[in-house]
Amino acid sequence: MLILTCPNCGIAADETELSPGGQAHLKRFGPGSDDSDFEGYLFLRDNPRGVHFERWRHAMGCGKWFHAARCTVTNEVFATYSAQTSEPPQDVLDRITARRPDWQS
Amino acid sequence: MSIRLATGGRLIDRTKPLDFTFDGKRMSGFAGDTLASALLAGDRMLVGRSFKYHRPRGVIASGAEEPNGLVTLGNGGRAEPNQRVTTTELFDGLTCVSQNRWPSLDHDIGAVNSVLSRFLPAGFYYKMFMHPRSFWKHVYEPVIRAAAGLGRPPEGPDADTYEHLHAHVDVAVVGGGIVGLRAALTAAQSGLRVMLMEQTAHWGGRAPVDGDRIDGQGADAWIAATIAQLEKMGNVTLRLRCMGAGVYDHGSLLAYERLGDHLPHHKGPRHRLWRIRARQIVTATGAIERPLSFACNDVPGVMLASAVRDYIVNFGVAAGDAVVVVTNNDDAYRTAFAVKEAGLDVPAIIDARAAGGALSETARAMGIRVETGKAIAKVLGGKRVTGVALCAQDGDGTAIEEIPCTAVAMSGGWSPVVHLWSHCGGKLTWDEAQAHFRPDPSHAPTGQDGQPFVVTAGAASGALSADAALADGDAAGRIAAARAQGDHDTVADVPAPDPGTAPTPVWVMPRNAGDRLRAKMWLDFQNDVKVSDVQLAAQEGYESVEHTKRYTTIGMATDQGKLSNINGLAVLSQSLGKNIPQVGTTTFRPPYTPISMGAIAGEARGDLFQPLRRTPIHDWHDANNAHWEPVGHWRRPYCYPRPGETIGDAVNREVLAVRKGVGLLDASTLGKILVKGPDAGRFMDMMYTNMMSNLAVGKCRYGLMCSENGFLMDDGVVARLSDDTWLCHTTTGGADHIHAHMEEWLQTEWWDWQVYTANLTEHYAQIAVVGPKAREILQSLGSDIDLGRDALPFMQWREGTLAGIPTRVFRISFSGELSFEIAVAAGQGRALWDRLLEAGQGQGITPYGTEALHVLRAEKGFIMIGDETDGTVIPQDLNLNWAISKKKDDFIGKRAQERSHMTDPARWKLVGLETTDGSVLPDGAYATREGLNANGQRNTEGRVTSTYYSPTLKRGIAMGLVHAGPDRMGEMLRFAKVDGTAVHARVCDPVFYDKEGKQQDV
Repeated sequence: MLILTCPNCGIAADETELSPGGQAHLKRFGPGSDDSDFEGYLFLRDNPRGVHFERWRHAMGCGKWFHAARCTVTNEVFATYSAQTSEPPQDVLDRITARRPDWQS
Repeated sequence: MSIRLATGGRLIDRTKPLDFTFDGKRMSGFAGDTLASALLAGDRMLVGRSFKYHRPRGVIASGAEEPNGLVTLGNGGRAEPNQRVTTTELFDGLTCVSQNRWPSLDHDIGAVNSVLSRFLPAGFYYKMFMHPRSFWKHVYEPVIRAAAGLGRPPEGPDADTYEHLHAHVDVAVVGGGIVGLRAALTAAQSGLRVMLMEQTAHWGGRAPVDGDRIDGQGADAWIAATIAQLEKMGNVTLRLRCMGAGVYDHGSLLAYERLGDHLPHHKGPRHRLWRIRARQIVTATGAIERPLSFACNDVPGVMLASAVRDYIVNFGVAAGDAVVVVTNNDDAYRTAFAVKEAGLDVPAIIDARAAGGALSETARAMGIRVETGKAIAKVLGGKRVTGVALCAQDGDGTAIEEIPCTAVAMSGGWSPVVHLWSHCGGKLTWDEAQAHFRPDPSHAPTGQDGQPFVVTAGAASGALSADAALADGDAAGRIAAARAQGDHDTVADVPAPDPGTAPTPVWVMPRNAGDRLRAKMWLDFQNDVKVSDVQLAAQEGYESVEHTKRYTTIGMATDQGKLSNINGLAVLSQSLGKNIPQVGTTTFRPPYTPISMGAIAGEARGDLFQPLRRTPIHDWHDANNAHWEPVGHWRRPYCYPRPGETIGDAVNREVLAVRKGVGLLDASTLGKILVKGPDAGRFMDMMYTNMMSNLAVGKCRYGLMCSENGFLMDDGVVARLSDDTWLCHTTTGGADHIHAHMEEWLQTEWWDWQVYTANLTEHYAQIAVVGPKAREILQSLGSDIDLGRDALPFMQWREGTLAGIPTRVFRISFSGELSFEIAVAAGQGRALWDRLLEAGQGQGITPYGTEALHVLRAEKGFIMIGDETDGTVIPQDLNLNWAISKKKDDFIGKRAQERSHMTDPARWKLVGLETTDGSVLPDGAYATREGLNANGQRNTEGRVTSTYYSPTLKRGIAMGLVHAGPDRMGEMLRFAKVDGTAVHARVCDPVFYDKEGKQQDV
């Protein structure tokens, strides 16, 4: 039962208020893209043991999407941040590095 | 024999006798008794039969760890199997029956298994019942299931109610012994919100039994004073009969409170499930005494030494009048002293330690015979203890002497209760001196901040003496309070081992016991696992403790490692020639002890199981005999049967009424999503496969929505309301997830687009007025909208008033008839419905339900999401290419529809199907082809997606997806029926009625 703080409304939300949206920061490949790019976008996902960037929606709250950086082993949440970004912000990366010095993105 | 002593019993009230029945026999006890103490007071030593061998079994323990004393409590809707007698408080009129015996507890046929036990070792199921294969399902399993198992599930619905409660606290303390009290007080003094829970009905745990003195007072006085102090603090919540059941991620704690189990006529919820979020959790869960593994250690009358002491001190009940104590540590001597003080006999203390312990001399001084370096070779007696055979601990079990006795108090040392610590990742360390696993404070469960959120206290930390435990409890309270306030620098002091409490490990008694004795040494009483079983598992190659657990079933069911864990691990590690820490422990899983299914369900049953969505016209449907159909959380009328009509009759009548006159449909459940903003047109073009940006204001267009996978997920009519506003109708079931789908793309992909969406589904009631007489009826209501054929053409909408009610009228049709869908504010829905019924009375206006809607659309060959689609169907499969824009560069799903499999000409495509005999094809039936596929299954070439009886055509009609279907018009297909016969159908156009569309364009 995770607790994630929604960066949109500020509520420390219980997992029952949230719906998961899978891996974050996927680049969309649309018409004109080649098969391997499209396969990667549509089907292939990371399954890391450790730091994971993921999408969540505060479905039973403010309804907004956000991103979370979470350790899949310990469930430590390094940060939650805006959904309106195509890569993790530097301060989030810094926070992860402070907690997991060996971490590599 | 076990007896009630003339005096004593700190928890019972001898002035309040209570009556109860066990297996129909009337017995009595006192207020304050547990069922176990009352049974023992009545000399009921045999309380159950074991799981596999049906061995006679008695009470072993005095608390939650009891493996044998399981009974079915109550009857009917209040029957509950597998209740531990040790944790069941006695009340007047309690009824219980023993389990796993036939025909009676004293004369049990299944006990023959015990004689056969050498043929039923660990894993015997896997070995004996393999052949012939068919026998498992029809012979072995039914017989085994009938013979094994514990209590039977109750019959009928549960007569009680249950509830869930949420709580947020800074510090939750689990365990209300003296350590938990101390920890809670320390934490509460910092002003934090503290919740303290205790699984039994009494605060203070075992300290009063052990006669501990705290801060210069007797334990009872100290406990009362501390509770009084805590009760005065506004920031403290105290719960008795409340067990910490499980610790989960991020400080989530599940607690199980038994509100009514001890009260015969309790009003209100019986159990309460607490769902707690705690910043810090202190587990002051104590320790559990371990049995010793000697032959026949399961005979009724062999008990844990601490339990023997508990029954004397707490309930004035003696397990026997002559109690032999067998131990590997000093603590059990206290039981001998308690027995003596109660005026009973201790024939001997059998101490496995060669030199005895610090209390050996004290015991001798009291006149008790102390045999050091000795062991029990075997317990004598069948349904109760009659004596023990004495032998040397270092020998092979050759008896030196038989000592008569009526009870045996055993102690193999103490194991900290580490369950809650372990549930969420806390690691353990093997304490060689104490011969137990205890929590490793440097590997605590961690929370969302990566910091520890559980701290153990007292015996649960491994601090077994009262002084050390209290100091540890105080430290735990301080640490938890500091951490709850963000200070993680306050560290846990590792409890100093107290040499006085250290046992000498004794895993098998006597050390060199032969096969015959080891096959009678029980490790897990509940699951009938013996030393010989674990040794056999090791011998057969089960090196992992997790595998051994599953092979032998040790520590399974309610035990969860409470009594059997360490002894089993020790025997396994010895057999494997490894150290105990190398072998490790099995996984501790919640709940700590079983919790009721009712508590898990809470209030979610009956009408409260899930919320029901009602349209504004719901009550009218209900009053007019609607046959309900659940659609998502909605209820929609399937049809409205009249007296004497079958469901089928009603549907046929409704369909014909629409085709010939006029029908009325409550379409309020259809999804209505508003899309608005400067970039709304661009967004609509991405969401739908067809072009929506060029739709003119005032017009409607049917649209398709696909997932990024290319599969069709929803459809509906879109209306352009204004220059920057579109109204999207979705399917009833799709409204919420389509809105979520739109928001997902807007928020996470095109966040710079200025588009706003709102799900207005419940804001409007929508009524479809359908049939040749629809216009006539509407015009009679009076409207400022010109509803004429040319003024409001097909696929357009107008705003105005109808019968004085502000409306939006859409001229759209899902039936092929002249049709108007009228949207009004939800609050006006019922008024409009009533006006329409009134106005149409003379014309035979007929309300129709979802099944008539389905038949009408199928006659017209219109697809239905969920019938023609199943998440693997693309619009092209349904011949909907006309609704897929070729002009647009992009839309959701476009790229996926270009994938090779999606453009394969061999895909199954939509066609109509006409049976040769006019019958209705079975739903979902497959068209079969000659030959078998690679899996040996019959080849198929299509399947039925929608199939109905058409009252209009007076024959069965169907649609289906057929291999290259549109190219095979007129071909015959063979559809297999479940009864093995087949029905033949001809491939045809899916539009069965009014192919030219004349009926809707009038």
